[in-house]
Amino acid sequence: MSSYTSSVSQPLLRSQLAQRRQRRLLWGTLRYAAIVVVLFIFLAPFLWMLLSSFKTQVDITNAQNIFNFTPTLENYQNVFQQYDFLRYLLNSFAVAALSTLFSLILGLPAAYAIARYRMQWLGVVLLTARIVPGITFLIPWFIIFSRLRLTGTLTPLILSHMLVGMPFIAWIMISFYEELPLELEEAAKIDGATPIGAFLRVALPLSMPGVITAGIVAFIFSWNNFMFSLVLADDQTRTLPIAIFNFLTYASVDWGGLMAAAVVITLPVLIITLFVQRYIIRGLTAGATKG
Amino acid sequence: MNFLNRHIRATFVAPALVFVIAMMIVPIIYTTYLSFHAWNGSARRAPEYLGLDNYTRLLTRDPRFGDAVARTFIFTGIAVGAELTLGLGIALLINGKFMGHNIVKTLILLPMVATPVAIGMAWLLLYEPNIGALNALLRGLGLPPQDFLGSASLALFWLAVVDIWQWTPLMALILLAGLTALPEEPYEAARVDGASGWQRFMHLTLPLLFPTMIAAVLLRSIDALKTFDIIYTMTRGGPGFATETINTYGYIQSFEYFQLGQASSLLIVFFTLILAVSLFFVRIRRRWGAAL
Repeated sequence: MSSYTSSVSQPLLRSQLAQRRQRRLLWGTLRYAAIVVVLFIFLAPFLWMLLSSFKTQVDITNAQNIFNFTPTLENYQNVFQQYDFLRYLLNSFAVAALSTLFSLILGLPAAYAIARYRMQWLGVVLLTARIVPGITFLIPWFIIFSRLRLTGTLTPLILSHMLVGMPFIAWIMISFYEELPLELEEAAKIDGATPIGAFLRVALPLSMPGVITAGIVAFIFSWNNFMFSLVLADDQTRTLPIAIFNFLTYASVDWGGLMAAAVVITLPVLIITLFVQRYIIRGLTAGATKG
Repeated sequence: MNFLNRHIRATFVAPALVFVIAMMIVPIIYTTYLSFHAWNGSARRAPEYLGLDNYTRLLTRDPRFGDAVARTFIFTGIAVGAELTLGLGIALLINGKFMGHNIVKTLILLPMVATPVAIGMAWLLLYEPNIGALNALLRGLGLPPQDFLGSASLALFWLAVVDIWQWTPLMALILLAGLTALPEEPYEAARVDGASGWQRFMHLTLPLLFPTMIAAVLLRSIDALKTFDIIYTMTRGGPGFATETINTYGYIQSFEYFQLGQASSLLIVFFTLILAVSLFFVRIRRRWGAAL
């Protein structure tokens, strides 16, 4: 009996298996093809930007020859020599680094207190900062900073970018501190640590992965910020996004220069992202995925 | 130090709280104050009290404002709707193990971390009617070339396309995280009952994923309603006022016309609208049984 069934069903089973394997292979191939198309759509504008930044104006105007051209560094030279981009690059970097640093100094203890002492109301206040349109603050800031004679310094830029970075950092870190086991801090306190000591020597080192996540995303937010800097920066304190925007208004036909400028501002962010992608995914999706 | 340790809550919270009061609460109060006044920002002339005039004028006698509100919601509807649909598609596509999974997840991050002004520049060149890549592509496919941002009727749509390009990845990654967290048992039960892939998607995946979808839509809608960088750098609200949204109108009224009182009333209305939209989504989500 058993030999009978096996002799009949085995070829049948084998052909079924082969068919299934074939179908799976077909689906797998289709899936990869779809993924490649999706990736192409998301990456093509970057490639186009990069490609155009190495072209002369004549090559850009010639839409027929997309890949057939002699690469030139002229656009990058122009951007740095004629338009003082190095200064704007340094401004951008200083504002992003300092606003992130101060946001961490203010935001981390606040997040810790919200998590440990159940101060939900403060969490709601910080969430409001995330929801309110930034433009609502701009008129008062503009007036107050000029009355305080702070325009022309980096201070208004750093403070305004902190209003984006600090609530973001605090909001991400609350869930980090909530998940941290209480026992370690209790043990530190029994050993004679003060509450501040327990935070600085126990909770803070343990939450470093979260601090890095939040810090990087806050840095990128500041680096990319356009609206606040547009109003609060002057000729000397201009950051890169504003410099590029001005470049557009008086050199709108110089596409090669524009694309070189766009590459200069985007490249640092893209490189950071490639290195710390896991952290960034966590940082950007945090607001939505947690309960 | 002892004093600080004894008042530990205040010590931890005070710096952040003082900062938020100075940089957020005081400005909101100041903007509210200005919204009842007429003022051009001059130090020599004090703001002149107008009562509710700015608001009545904004809501009844300023067609530019009404149009801007409509455009803001149209832009947000198109962008977030497309991002949700495409994001769900991409999340399903890259859900589960395959070779290069992490590379794909990293590469689709790039649009959303890139500087919006730079993205605006790149898309301006892509959209350029004569030398842009998109019209070259359309011509190659034998399709009629487009005016893109030059077209008064479609410019807002083409701006939404840039937003869709930039933010669909965020939607996809949030939904992917949601998909990964779904329980396995209902799917096994459905398979035993002989449910097809489509049925499993409609009756299990969609309802189970709904709370995540609402949260993602809320997050994106708040930001889409406030979109400024791309619109202001690419069209400045033009051609004419064809792409002017509440945010760009508020900016132009404040920092190009210097009608600070009028602008403040607009900003207060804008602020209220965003808050209302946020509460609306939070309520939907509560109703579905999830606490936000």
